[in-house]
Amino acid sequence: MEQYLLMNRLDFPILSTTIFLPLIGAILVLLMNNDKVIKITALVTGIITFLVSLFLFANFNPATHLFQFGEFIPWIPAYNLNYILGIDGITIFLILLTTMLTPICILCSWTAIKERIKEFMFCILLMQTAMIGVFCSLDFILFYIFWEMMLIPMYLLIAVWGGPKKDYASIKFFIYTLFGSVFLLVAIIAIYLTNGTFNIPEAMFKGYSFSFQFWVFIAFALAFAIKVPMFPFHTWLPAAHTEAPTAGSIFLASVLLKMGTYGFMRFCLPIAPEASAYMAPYMIALSVIGIIYGGFVCLSQTDMKKLIAYSSVAHMGFVTLGIFSFTLFGFEGALLQMLNHGITTGALFFCVGVIYERTHSREIYDNAGLGKIMPIYVGFFGFFSISAFAFPGTNNFVGEIYVLIGTFIQSKWAGFLAVVGAVLAAAYMLKLLKQIIWGRTDQSAIKDMNAREVICLLPLVLFVLWVGLFPRPFVYVMEKTMTHLFNQLQSILH
Amino acid sequence: MLLLPELSIFFFSIVCLFFSVSKNKTGVVTFARLWPLCVLILTAFCITGNGDLFSGAYRVDLFSQTLKLLMSLGLCLVILMLDRNKEIEEAYLPEYYMFFGFSILGLMMLASSVELISIVISLEISSYSLYAIVPLRKGQTRVQIEASMKYLFFGAISTGIMVFGMSYLYGMTHSTFLADIVVAFPEFISKPIGVLALILTLSGFFFKLSLFPFHFWAPDIYEGASNNTTTFIATIPKIAATALLIRIGMLALPVGSTQIVTIMMVLAALSMTVGNLVGLVQKDIKRLLAYSGIAHAGYLMLGILSLSKEGNASALFYITIYVFMNLACFYVIILMSRKGENVTVNDLAGLSRRSPILALLLAVAAFSLAGIPPTGGFTGKLFLLTSAFRSGHLAIVIIGAVNTVISIFYYLNLVRMSYSKEAAVSIEPIKLSLPEKVLCYLFIFIILYMGILPFGLLELFKVAV
Repeated sequence: MEQYLLMNRLDFPILSTTIFLPLIGAILVLLMNNDKVIKITALVTGIITFLVSLFLFANFNPATHLFQFGEFIPWIPAYNLNYILGIDGITIFLILLTTMLTPICILCSWTAIKERIKEFMFCILLMQTAMIGVFCSLDFILFYIFWEMMLIPMYLLIAVWGGPKKDYASIKFFIYTLFGSVFLLVAIIAIYLTNGTFNIPEAMFKGYSFSFQFWVFIAFALAFAIKVPMFPFHTWLPAAHTEAPTAGSIFLASVLLKMGTYGFMRFCLPIAPEASAYMAPYMIALSVIGIIYGGFVCLSQTDMKKLIAYSSVAHMGFVTLGIFSFTLFGFEGALLQMLNHGITTGALFFCVGVIYERTHSREIYDNAGLGKIMPIYVGFFGFFSISAFAFPGTNNFVGEIYVLIGTFIQSKWAGFLAVVGAVLAAAYMLKLLKQIIWGRTDQSAIKDMNAREVICLLPLVLFVLWVGLFPRPFVYVMEKTMTHLFNQLQSILH
Repeated sequence: MLLLPELSIFFFSIVCLFFSVSKNKTGVVTFARLWPLCVLILTAFCITGNGDLFSGAYRVDLFSQTLKLLMSLGLCLVILMLDRNKEIEEAYLPEYYMFFGFSILGLMMLASSVELISIVISLEISSYSLYAIVPLRKGQTRVQIEASMKYLFFGAISTGIMVFGMSYLYGMTHSTFLADIVVAFPEFISKPIGVLALILTLSGFFFKLSLFPFHFWAPDIYEGASNNTTTFIATIPKIAATALLIRIGMLALPVGSTQIVTIMMVLAALSMTVGNLVGLVQKDIKRLLAYSGIAHAGYLMLGILSLSKEGNASALFYITIYVFMNLACFYVIILMSRKGENVTVNDLAGLSRRSPILALLLAVAAFSLAGIPPTGGFTGKLFLLTSAFRSGHLAIVIIGAVNTVISIFYYLNLVRMSYSKEAAVSIEPIKLSLPEKVLCYLFIFIILYMGILPFGLLELFKVAV
């Protein structure tokens, strides 16, 4: 075990703490009756979890590619099933992203959610536990349990607090995702029967036969491609995003979609490297189609939330493009882009939520011409919009440049088409921005953003600028892990 | 001493019989609630019992005692769940309890029987009691009589088929003792007569388990019988059926016959698919659970057809969790129906407001039936799929996985109705008494516990099989 996992040296099991703190908060919430107290408890839980994860980050050792803060408890010995946790340069960021967004999600639902507040906060905190759990698990079954556990609160968030078509959207989301997951389970069992253990690091780079790798890759890729979502499997996304409440949309866009790309990085590449390389041209093609297709669909949207949802398809296309470019730049760009998309799109959904709470409409036309009425709002919205189409100096620019460098090394054509997609992004975001800021001028007075909403967005602004102007600290932390992954792949493929 | 569980449950039935002929019937409810707890304790006490009785026809071992423990636990819960005011006519209550007792007695004997004749007798003891209680429902109509007749006829036919198969077994091996048959059977196993005999013998238990194509009785009986009777029929007999499938499946174990496995695999696949597809369109929750039961019989077969110790242990684990999740679902139905009537899916609308606990219990049970982590249904299904995969049956594993996706639609529908639909007319909240709440939480706890920490249980089953 020492060859891949550094055990936790802190005085307390920090990963378990991060995972189960929200769960404790959720149970506390269940026992309370006063709505105000419930909200505050949830918020405090979220903030404490964030602080714990910051502590985690402070203790993170970027000089090694091994998994850190390891915890190991035998669970079901009859099946060699263990409770193993550990994080590396990939997951530390995704955990931080999750813990940072949770308090924001709670704050943005402060007044937007009016009924069943207790159940709502319970779902949000349960989601957080499951999401952090997915990123920390180093055991397939543990991973799978968290992976599926996420579906239930997410389903409830959409089905109970969702928009008018919540029934359709929530069931489609659940069934679509579950369909992918069951094949994931079959693949997990296949790997278990080959290795005799559900341990994830022990399953990596084992030199399985090509046909085995191929089928495992197909099963994994189906599950992850649905989650990302890649081009032909994206149809659940606009419905779920549009109908979900703001907090649900933020979670979906910022964290849940990342699980798909995280899965590609963590499972597909190391477990089935040869099959991944074999399938890479197809995956690149699907990514490019996703980028272009997403761009064009966005151009014709009249619903703000739908537009941002489809733009996710395009942005996630860049992430998968980076992963399957099989270059170091591509990998690092993909991870950066995962974080950037999480921040930027989360913020944009937040902005849509803010305006929806005031005008009760998501149509662009109904919300046009806000420039003079809501200057602060438009300022934030404009800032995140230009970040979304990768304006230089913002976070997405850095990520996309990394991905594009990687892509051009691999395939000139794919790189060229991806650039076209990036231009499309500028087109639809600017079109949206123009409508929202100028548009018609007969708007009645609406209150501008209040302090609570501004406080939510400020950390995200900081992050956008930080990554945009000085990405080195981030790259430094992920560098060792990515280099190790890249070298391993190189040595197998050449 | 070895027969203590059986004797205690026999005593239960006899006392109920006396209550039924006496004029004063007031004490029967208290007795019926308390004595099964004693049975449970006695059975737990006897769990290490080991020995052969009745010249080898009856074996008491860890396997049978574990199952007996499970059955008596099931009986306790079923009786605690019974709301006597709305389910059964007061006058028939002692008889109702008595038949429960006899049925459990038969099932307990079944778990221990290792000889063909005693298997048939035990099976019939348990079945006849059930035939009698199906029509006992408040406000009895033709539906109940029809359900009972159907159950009787299908039961009789499947018993006939089973006995026919057993006659072949006897003809081939010249013995009715399973221990002798195991020795003599392998030379026939790949011959048509051997395959036929084994499959026909298993049919009797396929019937109890409502496996395709012996499933036709289930929806009608579930719908017709009272909620409490259905709870019993849907859960406890299936434990015994699984036990016998394992015992008789052992006959094919030493050599591993491909024909038998193929037949079982086809039955399992059809059972899952038919159950889930028909389940999609059901309106009555009990009918829905009947079809879900048919599908689950198919899943269970994954463990049996692995023909391995591991497979059998996972089948046992699965039937255990299946019992609890079904009891939980039926408990919601029992508490929801005000006059003991059936509950439709549409009646669930607004349940989360009327009673948050019931909605939560239903959601946990439904997700468990669908096999979503972190519930016991997932863990059970994982073990089943793993053991079938290990025996090399990838096709059935994939069919099982795809079926999970089909089934989620109607399970999710239950959750959707209770959480996101509002009742058309506002209905008063459902008031639950403290014991009822405790039982609800107990079910939730058990289902989650078996999902997250199945410590010990699996090891116990592994040792037992």
